Amino acid sequence: MIFGLSIGPEYYLALSALLFTIGAGGLLIRRNPLVMFMCIELMLNAANLAFISFGKEMGDLGGQLSVLFVLVVAAAEVVIGLAIVVAVMRRRPKASVDEVSVLRG
Amino acid sequence: MEAVTFFIAAIVSLAGACGVVLLKNPVHAALSLVATLFGVAIHFINLEAYFLAAVQVIVYAGAIVILFLFVIMLLGVDRAESIKTDPIIGQRQIATLAVGGILVLGALIGVAFSGDVTGVPSENAQKSTYEGGTAINSDHVHTNDGVNPDQNIKDIGRALFSTRYVFALEITALLLTIGVVGAVVLTRRPKGEFEPLPDEDPPSIYKDDSKNINLEAIGSEHSDTADDTKPNDSETEVTDETEVSSE
Repeated sequence: MIFGLSIGPEYYLALSALLFTIGAGGLLIRRNPLVMFMCIELMLNAANLAFISFGKEMGDLGGQLSVLFVLVVAAAEVVIGLAIVVAVMRRRPKASVDEVSVLRG
Repeated sequence: MEAVTFFIAAIVSLAGACGVVLLKNPVHAALSLVATLFGVAIHFINLEAYFLAAVQVIVYAGAIVILFLFVIMLLGVDRAESIKTDPIIGQRQIATLAVGGILVLGALIGVAFSGDVTGVPSENAQKSTYEGGTAINSDHVHTNDGVNPDQNIKDIGRALFSTRYVFALEITALLLTIGVVGAVVLTRRPKGEFEPLPDEDPPSIYKDDSKNINLEAIGSEHSDTADDTKPNDSETEVTDETEVSSE
């Protein structure tokens, strides 16, 4: 019976919503900056899935192109974010964002 | 067949996402992220976005996760984080409630307006769009059949360098350049000062009474800030030893 099931956009949107929710929850719960970045990646992937799902349903290539741009922005964001993490960790070798509460040093 | 692929990939990606959030060791979390990214790549193939599936695997799993792992190993923060301790009291519960509430609200809205919320044209219009290639809106860039992977790559290339998207593409190149320069500037070591800042409460060896007495006997002015004097003592000892050994 599962073979005959046609997968419409609503399935992908539900999966995208679940992925985004897990990512957002992880961002709120975890205190390791690296894991928080991974949760941001999860949320970006959920958005990408929604983009491509809509793009296919509308017969429009713009969804895929948006995903391409999101990928580039995600890569740049990760590079800058990890550089900031490295710069902060060098001064304060504790892997928790709660201790980084001031901009100075 | 599409349904089977969808459910397998959905289970893989959801399990990976749960692993990212729940696993204590950051290295394990990064490996779970790889599982999620592969699952999403399978979904991309299912949705006939062949080029982006390949890009997803190469860029995300091949570059970004490796960058994460590299930073984890570089900083040595791969020790397990105690996930049970709640830094702010009640934050876990509030986060779970908020996120679950938003999800349930979204599901309710989706059920209530199931036809309207996706903005998808009706089944017949969709069929005609895909088979006849008629335009919904002539302003859009349309996929041709979408079944052939080569055609997908050609379409993306043409669309990227069309007048509609080429400016965004150039901005993207500028963004990547800024990213590289910013990373170099941020991680560049300033001269002289890169020792870690002192902790809020000094370690127990500095609170030793005999140490304080010694410092007062020497007549040091800043005996209250024992952090400053301790490295100086060790440095002088080291230099003394080296001088003795050289003599």
